[in-house]
Amino acid sequence: MNTVENIKEQLNRLYSDKKESGLHAIRQNAFLQFDKLGIPGVRHEEWKYTRINALFNKEFRFPYTESNLLRNDWQSLRLPGADDAHELVFVNGIFSPELSVLRRPGDLVLLPLEEATNSEQYAKTIAANLGHSSRYAKDGINALNTAWMYGGLFVHVQEKHQTAHPVYIYHITDTRKGNVLSQPRSLVHLGRASGLKVVETFLTIGSQESFTNQVIELIVEEDAQLEYYKIQNDGLHASQVSTTHVRQTGKSFAHTVTISLNGNLVRNNLNIVMEAPHCESHLYGLYLLKGHSHIDNHTLVDNVQPHCFSNELYKGVLDEHATGVFNGKIFVRQDAQKTNAYQSNKNILLSDTATVNTKPQLEIFADDVKCSHGCTIGSIDTEAMFYLKSRGITEKNARSLLMHAFAEDVLENIKLPFIRSYVDQLISERLEFDLL
Amino acid sequence: MLKISNLHARIEEKQILKGINLEIKPGEVHAIMGPNGSGKSTLASVLAGREHFEVTEGSVTFDGKDLLELAPEERAGEGLFLAFQYPVEIPGLTTTNFIKTAVNEVRKYRGQEPLDAVGFLKLMKEKMALMEMDQSLLSRSLNEGFSGGEKKRNEIFQMAMLEPKLAILDETDSGLDIDAIRIVANGVNRFRNENNAVLVITHYQRLLDYIVPDFVHVLYNGRIVKSGTRELALELEEKGYDFIKSEVAV
Repeated sequence: MNTVENIKEQLNRLYSDKKESGLHAIRQNAFLQFDKLGIPGVRHEEWKYTRINALFNKEFRFPYTESNLLRNDWQSLRLPGADDAHELVFVNGIFSPELSVLRRPGDLVLLPLEEATNSEQYAKTIAANLGHSSRYAKDGINALNTAWMYGGLFVHVQEKHQTAHPVYIYHITDTRKGNVLSQPRSLVHLGRASGLKVVETFLTIGSQESFTNQVIELIVEEDAQLEYYKIQNDGLHASQVSTTHVRQTGKSFAHTVTISLNGNLVRNNLNIVMEAPHCESHLYGLYLLKGHSHIDNHTLVDNVQPHCFSNELYKGVLDEHATGVFNGKIFVRQDAQKTNAYQSNKNILLSDTATVNTKPQLEIFADDVKCSHGCTIGSIDTEAMFYLKSRGITEKNARSLLMHAFAEDVLENIKLPFIRSYVDQLISERLEFDLL
Repeated sequence: MLKISNLHARIEEKQILKGINLEIKPGEVHAIMGPNGSGKSTLASVLAGREHFEVTEGSVTFDGKDLLELAPEERAGEGLFLAFQYPVEIPGLTTTNFIKTAVNEVRKYRGQEPLDAVGFLKLMKEKMALMEMDQSLLSRSLNEGFSGGEKKRNEIFQMAMLEPKLAILDETDSGLDIDAIRIVANGVNRFRNENNAVLVITHYQRLLDYIVPDFVHVLYNGRIVKSGTRELALELEEKGYDFIKSEVAV
């Protein structure tokens, strides 16, 4: 039986077990979508350079029993600053209350998604928002996550509450018993005039293959402020499609930074939907890869209403046989007059065998807007190299410093100091800077 | 310390240096002057190890070592320093981070322990004060948005931090006003001692009023055509390079 058939069978088993769930209808609907759309191949416009279907040729376990991962198993993988963060842990795609720590009760509301769906207090919010990302996905991958949607998480920040601690979300895939397909799902709701900082990261344990198909939807209400960081530094046996869907329902602020430093195949879908006038959003990304890693950043800024501002800067350094894709869409709808939308993608290729495909895609239906885009692909500046070497800095360290400097205008947007220094250190290690 | 013998070098197919001979001993200051296109900056580039210049003949030894066999970073480790005519701007790399890396690389090359944070900061503050540099430059990106004077002072600051045996100043005076020249020269003069040496490459004799050379050489058409003492520089200033050209022609 091939993997897709296997997945369908397991989904059907899930449905027969869990018919009572409030999520049942949306799951089944998504199943039909998945059945219809299937796994996108390279002829799919959005997947032209990312061969996701090859991953589905492998056998994956699709576990929906809780993992027996112990606290000690992941202690060493915790991020710097974790002692001062709410730590939310998913194992094999399923939220684990046992491993998770809420640093200060009342700072956040945390509920299993299934439970929240049935709660009087949150059912309405969930019904209005869960699955919003699927409107922006024209492939079966998002549908597959929604069809599954088991062990998901709901996070809520009360109105006017500025959270005291950042939220670290760990997606751990435990492959010690075989290849694992995991599908974490979360819905994060920032109430009016609230503030939240989120860091998401992905970790695979064991030496087998992991494939994570993740969806997080973040709803940002009026006057709320979201800071969101995604750190991808998983192993070479780890692949993922990671969808971050930010929906700004009122005049609000969203700041996102996506850092991709390792992995087999990494596809990020970042959607920012600005549904109210005067929204502001920032999208920063850095990818720094070598070996045979593949990184694909698809971003979408959807300007629905007038007077919104978005600024996007993605930078990449690719070495050896690494391949990169950047696709930046900006929609400016007819009503979205006075939109300001900026986009830039800059790449450095360090080897003759590294490649990048970059594509800005602006679709503008309003006539009074300011939009700009630009992309560059270059190599290392030889005069700058010579300058550093003439000061005694070795070739390797000089290159490391220059690449780090190139990344700086992305990195400076990481406003959590622990995360900033963590990322700096990972980059120095990746670039083999040896004077640490 | 430095011995250049019959040095020939070209860039692509163009022969630029056509047999340079020069010896510099510890404690000396040499000046190389010459009209545009005579090969002054090429000589500096070849000595520092810039790519694209091909040495076709001759040799350079530095403290007995074959300089031309060394990579640029090894030359720096051995104690050669080039103050750039056009210092490179590197957005995203702070001056502090840059100079700290350079100092510790050079110390590592010389078999010394890296400087600790306190020692480094103290040294840096002292040298910045010498160069009359604003502390705020340290946290700014290297040379980015620096004025011409700030860039050149930063070069001499780096020299002071790295304590080379031989400092080559490539047109360090170009684009500087009198105040900046005075500061740059002061930095160089404070650096000088009986164990190190300075090679000043310049078009004008102006800088030599402040950094007084022991020897002056005139480079013309890829060769040193005349050598003398400080008076030669004054003579050049007075008569212009045409008198050299006519002498050579004869």
